[in-house]
Amino acid sequence: MAVPILKQGPYLIASIQAAMTDSDVLQLRDDLMERVGRYRSRGIIIDVTALDVMDSFASRSLRSIAHMTRLRGAETVIVGIQPEVAFAMVQLGLNLEGVHTALDLEEGLALLSRGTEEPGDGAS
Amino acid sequence: MPAEVRVPISSDADVVTARAEGRTLAAQLPFSATELTLIATAISEVARNIVLYAPRGEVVLRLTREEGREGIVVTARDEGPGIEDVALALQDHFSTGQGSGLGLPGARRLMDEFELESGPGGTTVTMRKWASRRA
Repeated sequence: MAVPILKQGPYLIASIQAAMTDSDVLQLRDDLMERVGRYRSRGIIIDVTALDVMDSFASRSLRSIAHMTRLRGAETVIVGIQPEVAFAMVQLGLNLEGVHTALDLEEGLALLSRGTEEPGDGAS
Repeated sequence: MPAEVRVPISSDADVVTARAEGRTLAAQLPFSATELTLIATAISEVARNIVLYAPRGEVVLRLTREEGREGIVVTARDEGPGIEDVALALQDHFSTGQGSGLGLPGARRLMDEFELESGPGGTTVTMRKWASRRA
């Protein structure tokens, strides 16, 4: 199932609605890469609130989406990781190193509009 | 409780089916929401391994009661080429293919018990998780 992508000003918002197959994840990557160019977007929010599982493939793919779109000039923020999902990700040994995360859509938009620093560098 | 659920695995869509069926079945036992997510995630990893490395296989999900405790048994079988070095395959970050190298070792951490048998005829992973509250 394709993930709907909304354009809001300089940002793109991808709201995942249901469980994603691996091909859905790759489709999302391609769609976002194309739209960042088409709309000259500066930021992307991927809302994963609806995801009840984030396994190694999904997590690695989201990280590459963030890195790839950064090379095109857009910062990605992953929002809405559920507490159980966060727990499972840590147990699995997954991290989203180098990727911005925020609690929800509101916090994600606030992070983008403040301007994102390199995650983890501590400088402001 | 149904004896078992069998999910044939040959494409990435089957991975999603297998983990959803596993969560539904496990929800019949007193697992916490977090434990259900750990089980679904572990199923996702072993089912994906079938898609990545074998032409086809299946995931069999079964509830079990032994010695007064209840749990779920997940068996993932494939007819793939087998794993040459099982110890290596269970090490973090080791992968012979396009995987992350976290699938099998990660699934092992998510479950209570984990066994892997592999030979030229294929690979079988058996994992169990016990419901923390006694029935």
